[in-house]
Amino acid sequence: MMQEQAATKVKVEEIACAPGAPVTVLRFSGDITSTSQAVVLGTYEGLPETAKRILLDFSKVEYLNSSGIALIIQMMIAAGKHGQMVQTFGLTPHFQKVFTMVGITKYTKLHPDEKSACAAFA
Amino acid sequence: MEKNANSIELRLPSRMGYEKVAMNTAASVARLMGFADERVEDLKTAVAEACINAIEHGNKLDDSLTVGVILSMDENSLEVKVTDTGEGPKGTHAAPDIDKKMHGEEEARGMGMFLIQALVDEAEWVSSPPAGSYARMVIRLHRATE
Repeated sequence: MMQEQAATKVKVEEIACAPGAPVTVLRFSGDITSTSQAVVLGTYEGLPETAKRILLDFSKVEYLNSSGIALIIQMMIAAGKHGQMVQTFGLTPHFQKVFTMVGITKYTKLHPDEKSACAAFA
Repeated sequence: MEKNANSIELRLPSRMGYEKVAMNTAASVARLMGFADERVEDLKTAVAEACINAIEHGNKLDDSLTVGVILSMDENSLEVKVTDTGEGPKGTHAAPDIDKKMHGEEEARGMGMFLIQALVDEAEWVSSPPAGSYARMVIRLHRATE
């Protein structure tokens, strides 16, 4: 059977890019679609309780659709319940527009690059 | 010139992931027609979402059914029709309410039709049982507001 979707991957890193507690970065790559639920939400749910500052990196995402965006919203819902702050960077201008259209920008700020996203935690 | 010389037809299996075939074909056609990159990106998302709806809701992921995609070009616009065997969408294309989603009062999913309508110049959903139904989208080279 041919591969119809590029696998979703999430690399988790802890970085000290802003004063205070470390920032947990979720670096997504591949496709984010309805088949990504286990990877996206599973990775988020596996983060330690101490992770209060979360940075989402979409710079290596190849394809994102509305089901994938719904997973990001579900992650935001969970982050809100856990009192976590979420910053986002690496979206193409088109997906910055789409995220703004669906209203996600009420719950996370979209930054042009990692440096400015980190600065928002300060 | 033959009447259908300005149209391209695809038949996709009702399997998630194949929407990317339609998405990339529509993008290639739009680029050949001279659409700006920003509009090509809008079209890609709209076509992918229409195909996902057709695969998932129209044909209910039944591998034996196909999703049709017909791209029709003219001088100023590209029309994309996405056909399936279903009864047409019962969902809403109202703007998603992110606050309701965040508070669990609205499903996180269900944004496809809203995005389609927001990203193209014309969008309609036509139900014609028992033959099936289709989504029709038009994207123009020059928007009326430009």
